[in-house]
Amino acid sequence: MTSISNVSCFNEARRVAIFGGTHGNEMSGITLVNLWIKNGKEIQRKGVETKPFITNPRAVEKCTRYVDTDLNRAFTTENLSAPSGDDLPYEVKRAQQINEIFGPKGSPDAYDVIFDLHNTTSNMGCTLILESSKDHFNLQMMHYIKKAIAPDSCPVLLTEHPLLKYSTSRSVAKHPIGLEVGPQPQGVLRSNIFESMRVVLKHALDFIELFNEGLEFPPCSVDVFRVWDKMDYPRDTNGNIIAMVHPNLQDCDWEPLNPGDPMFQMFDGTTVRYEGVGTVYPTFINEAAYYEKQQAFVTTRRETLVAGAIKKA
Amino acid sequence: MEKRQVVLPTLSRVAVCGGTHGNELSGVYLVRERLKKKKVVEEEEHVSVVTVMSNPRAVQHCRRYTETDLNRCFTRATLSSPVTDKTPYEIVRSQELNSLLGPKGSPEATDLVCDLHNTTANMGLCFIAYSDRDWISLHIYRHLQRQMSGIPVRFLHFDLPLNEAYSLDSVGKHGFAIEIGPQAHGLVRSNILSAMQEGVQHMLDWVRLFNSGAQFEGGQVEVYTMVKNVDYPRDPETCGLTAAIHPQLQDRDFCLLRPNDPLFQTFSGETLKYKGTEALYPFFVNECAYYEKGIALSLARQRSVGIPSIRSEREGERGKFKSAAEEIEEEETEEEGSPIEMECEKQSGSL
Repeated sequence: MTSISNVSCFNEARRVAIFGGTHGNEMSGITLVNLWIKNGKEIQRKGVETKPFITNPRAVEKCTRYVDTDLNRAFTTENLSAPSGDDLPYEVKRAQQINEIFGPKGSPDAYDVIFDLHNTTSNMGCTLILESSKDHFNLQMMHYIKKAIAPDSCPVLLTEHPLLKYSTSRSVAKHPIGLEVGPQPQGVLRSNIFESMRVVLKHALDFIELFNEGLEFPPCSVDVFRVWDKMDYPRDTNGNIIAMVHPNLQDCDWEPLNPGDPMFQMFDGTTVRYEGVGTVYPTFINEAAYYEKQQAFVTTRRETLVAGAIKKA
Repeated sequence: MEKRQVVLPTLSRVAVCGGTHGNELSGVYLVRERLKKKKVVEEEEHVSVVTVMSNPRAVQHCRRYTETDLNRCFTRATLSSPVTDKTPYEIVRSQELNSLLGPKGSPEATDLVCDLHNTTANMGLCFIAYSDRDWISLHIYRHLQRQMSGIPVRFLHFDLPLNEAYSLDSVGKHGFAIEIGPQAHGLVRSNILSAMQEGVQHMLDWVRLFNSGAQFEGGQVEVYTMVKNVDYPRDPETCGLTAAIHPQLQDRDFCLLRPNDPLFQTFSGETLKYKGTEALYPFFVNECAYYEKGIALSLARQRSVGIPSIRSEREGERGKFKSAAEEIEEEETEEEGSPIEMECEKQSGSL
């Protein structure tokens, strides 16, 4: 690890948003945000304006992931710059509204930090999602959170990938952070999952408060899992799924998958094995919402990122 | 203990149904695979098995239902309601299924209807039926209990008369749902699908044995009878939840809930306790689909039920023995001081 003597200065994180209901059936975030809209005391921090916000109210009302199209894929340049009109899908219109309130994406007026709260049916624990390996502010925050909740773990998923990265609702902010907590069925609220998400957010907001007060955070390294590839289910000629995640792989998010390890179990009982080169770390294993996205699980590779020292400008 | 033997008509037509809720995928996949491999109707020596995808539209959209819950559409009233072009899809479909597998309550009805479901609750494998005296259902239950070691097998009884019975399985002369959890809706877990495949196989094996004349000894089985539903605490203005199932109750279906045991945890961290006076067995704890029905969990009493030895009618015996319904009627007038509780509270609501 090279020693970095420069300290990167970032502007104070003055405007912070907490998004819930980007997917209308992911209940922890919806419940927390509604709680904080009613009484925001828990999320208040000195010098920070924290705004809880339900991003997809129509989907929340119907307790469905989305109404017309996945909001968390809708923040593309094309969508955000499309001429507004009634014939646009609901979520595209919503993305434009969100971009107006919390962005514009990529501009100096955008919100400093957005936390986007999600649940997954996968056994991912409390996963933090990082979009850029160069975001030292976020890396330092994630390092802080990981230390604070130890010995419980908080894996970091880095979604920086030329093809597989997608345009999230949080991407409107300068520092977007995804929080993905599971396993929890869609439409269900589990106490333990709800509390875990709440604790992680508490530490995240504490970090921001400390940063804004002028604390300097020394260089640190953060172990991350970088998205590598996605694996679909075996399908028949009609596109129907003909196998399921193998019992040896089910619930084993973040554990090594080696070439030759069981991956799928066909309905006739035969085993399909992983034939990649080298060990990967699968995640989003058996996420219900990804059946339609042709994704049984995502493979990742381990990497250590180094964040330089940071302090408030 | 039952000492007599009961003789019942053979089960010549059996239906295996899946996708009654389109996002309960074990049944959907099981039915799809059966339809792929075999004909829709399998004619075998001892039984004809019909495989049915109950709600194809909901399956296509991977939703529980499209307009209304299909598995609440099988009451007499709904089955006989006139159909217009405003009639919800699922009501039209329930009448189609009643023609195919019923008519409910008639001599033409399918002998046995088995409807496959999943739940997000940690319920293992549960038979769900309207009678605790249907010897066919109870013998099949006991058979699965003996054959299946990897998953708990239980029998849940909802005490409703046939006219009010609202689910698909009530269309057959005999019927039950097989409910397996925990599994999130919209996905397939290999262990859950394997359990369902195994359960269906054992059920069909039992039917073949029964139809071929085998005798099944009597005995005692444990049955859970539904007593009441309990809703979440809700905000009086918005009706939104103000608490979740307590961590000490979550996943503890069929573990006795005693007065003052933790029931809910509010979002401010307070524990709300079970205020009932009777210790009962919780089930459907945190079932996703029941939030909209105002049910956080249901509660049941457990008791032991004696089942008689049974066998099927032989060739020359047709019509010689009483029907199952007549047997039950006679039994009810004979028994005195029966421990069987006929009264069931079905109120939903507060602790």
